[in-house]
Amino acid sequence: MRMHRRTLLALAVFTGLTAPSMALAADDTIKIGLLATFEGPFTVLGEDGERGAMTAVNEMNGTVAGKKVEIVKGSSDASPDSAVRAARKLVEQDGVKVLVGPLSGDEGIAVKDYAKTQPNVTFINGTSAAQDTTLRNPAENFFRFSTDGAQWMAGLGTYAFNDKGYKKVATVAEDYSFPYTQVFGFMAEFCKAGGHVPSKSWVPIGNKDFSSVIAAIPEGVDAIYVALGGADAVNFLTQYQQSGGTAPLIGGSITVDQTVLTSKGKLRDVLKGTPSAGPTADTNDAPAWKAFVDAYKKQPGAFPSPSLFAHGYYVDMKATLLALDKVGGDVSDGGAKLRDALSKLSFDTPTGKVSLDKNRNAIADIYLTEVTEGSDGNLLNKLVKVVPQVNQTLGIPEDEFMKLGAVSRDNPSCP
Amino acid sequence: MSILDRPSSSGISGGGVTGRQAWGLFWLLVAALVAWLVFAVWPDWLNAILISKKAFVSAILNGITLAGLYFLVASGFTLIFGLMRNVNLAHGSLYLLGAYIGYEVTSRTGYWLLGVAAGFAVLALVGVVMQVFVFRRLEGDDLRQTLVSIGISIVAADLMLAVWAGGTYQITTPEWLDGALTLPVITAVRSNGASVFLTYPLYRVVVLAAAIVIGVGLWLMLNKTRVGMMIRAGVDDRAMLSASGVNVHAVFAIVFAVGAGLAGFAGVVGGSALSVAPGEDVRYLLASLVVVIVGGMGSITGAAIGALLIGLAEQIGLVYFPTYGIVLTFVIMVVTLAVRPQGIMGKAR
Repeated sequence: MRMHRRTLLALAVFTGLTAPSMALAADDTIKIGLLATFEGPFTVLGEDGERGAMTAVNEMNGTVAGKKVEIVKGSSDASPDSAVRAARKLVEQDGVKVLVGPLSGDEGIAVKDYAKTQPNVTFINGTSAAQDTTLRNPAENFFRFSTDGAQWMAGLGTYAFNDKGYKKVATVAEDYSFPYTQVFGFMAEFCKAGGHVPSKSWVPIGNKDFSSVIAAIPEGVDAIYVALGGADAVNFLTQYQQSGGTAPLIGGSITVDQTVLTSKGKLRDVLKGTPSAGPTADTNDAPAWKAFVDAYKKQPGAFPSPSLFAHGYYVDMKATLLALDKVGGDVSDGGAKLRDALSKLSFDTPTGKVSLDKNRNAIADIYLTEVTEGSDGNLLNKLVKVVPQVNQTLGIPEDEFMKLGAVSRDNPSCP
Repeated sequence: MSILDRPSSSGISGGGVTGRQAWGLFWLLVAALVAWLVFAVWPDWLNAILISKKAFVSAILNGITLAGLYFLVASGFTLIFGLMRNVNLAHGSLYLLGAYIGYEVTSRTGYWLLGVAAGFAVLALVGVVMQVFVFRRLEGDDLRQTLVSIGISIVAADLMLAVWAGGTYQITTPEWLDGALTLPVITAVRSNGASVFLTYPLYRVVVLAAAIVIGVGLWLMLNKTRVGMMIRAGVDDRAMLSASGVNVHAVFAIVFAVGAGLAGFAGVVGGSALSVAPGEDVRYLLASLVVVIVGGMGSITGAAIGALLIGLAEQIGLVYFPTYGIVLTFVIMVVTLAVRPQGIMGKAR
């Protein structure tokens, strides 16, 4: 009996607390779900993603079409099931109609599949960059204004072969869809130019001890291509330095990102001079980029320069807000108008023009970079070259591109 | 302790002379094979099977040094269990807290050794506090002690996340521990006849040496000192030890201090070799649980054997079948539980 009364009381308190906020949400606020990795090995990345998203929200003064933007955060730990759990919570409990996220590759594929079960909710990517989130079997209501991991590698393979003169490269990458996509993007160009990749090491995400992996890299390679993120990259680079490794490195987009470059320790020496490519370059001189950096730096705990995650979340959140503005903040029709506005949206970001293809994947500029030490001692990605308007098939005709097959551990291969 | 039992169990009892000789021969052959694998220059077919000699020998060495780290964590865990029947599931949190404290002290003072000492001392103190204020109140109630320790680990993980946030920290090792050693192991011969020798990070060798020194030290403490005698007596029969006039609570506090201190020590040492981040607590708790289950609860020798098996399995798995590497660890655990449920060096209770 006592239990029963207590339950009733709890229920009463609960409804009493939630009812006003629900009523409020209906009137003059728009709830946007923000899904990122606020726990697990990619915590630092997720936190910077949030800074990027909030930069976009602040740019619009926190309002869109006269309504107040309310951000509801959901946290995952970079595993697909945790991302779906967080997305479900945001959609089914918090009742968001628009969701921005997730951050990591496998999460993106999982959330895309979940999006298919929620046709009235509009999903806009965070920074997840697996190719098959949008290329194969896409969801009608999943939009990606940040490009994918293969697009991010545009220009790097050719640069490594022609300008750096690397003929044989070994790869070390995490064992899930995003690094597969990155290695695919790098090798697509590198193999075509005539390079060889004799060994590929796939390590579990969150691996700590890389010394055995380092030892298994063949002696005769000219360079090592590393596509690891966050703590994994820090661990690999530190242990590579400790083991006395001398082969130069080529970086995946998130390996030489600010989240890794700002780490303390001796890994800095290993990183200098590392070429990479990605959607941003720290020394970009464009006024739009500089304005973005200044706005970003107002966020608490900001890095010296926004990371790829801040950039990706910024672009996707900005696109969301612009489209919401166009439809007057109206998502009462199950978001149909909003999705229409999103697919037609084309706008200027701090890194150039972005538009979507028919799979709702972005076409955008990619930056070829090299790690250098800035005047204040911070490591920076120096801009080498801009590759304009890269599409998801990397400039290859679509049917030919699809024949290359889905990215995986063994595809592509040029030993 | 099981170390003491060894001479009697492997004594002349039974008609095992020929059996023992057979085993001796077997181990001799294994030793010869290992020596050949390590020191000979490999023929091409062997290189083709095992990637390369460098990869294989490094994986073995890394497995052994990782085992050293696991042993440091698991020895405290097993000691506490052996004496108090208390499965302290907050042991991983002690490791992580030690690592963070080591990072703070090292980065503020610039002395790595001071960080290591602080990791040990602070965590030893935390261990005593936990024993006196939490576990002593629940004495004899194993299940509640275990559940409370889970609670402590969850609260501790969130508190540490609040203080140190989610970033990855790297404890900087001093200059004299940097760089690589050249080992007298030839990994390959270049076409011009020059031999390529294996290089190995000096720091990892130091970790292994520290683990061995501490292992021997623990063994000496348990077997050659008065406190060790009390601890061993307590493991065998707690009530009788208390009845013979020994302050059991003091003994418990000492064991908890040593066990927790070792976890903190391992945290600083491990945080310098690898890195410090949230989630490490669970990783090391799981590792020490597996190590102790395989090696036998309450046995220091068992912890050493278990750590060696798990460390080697992890590293060899990582190099030769990375996707399924984690399975190897648990296969070892499952086989142990099926064949010898009390663990390799454990005593049936």
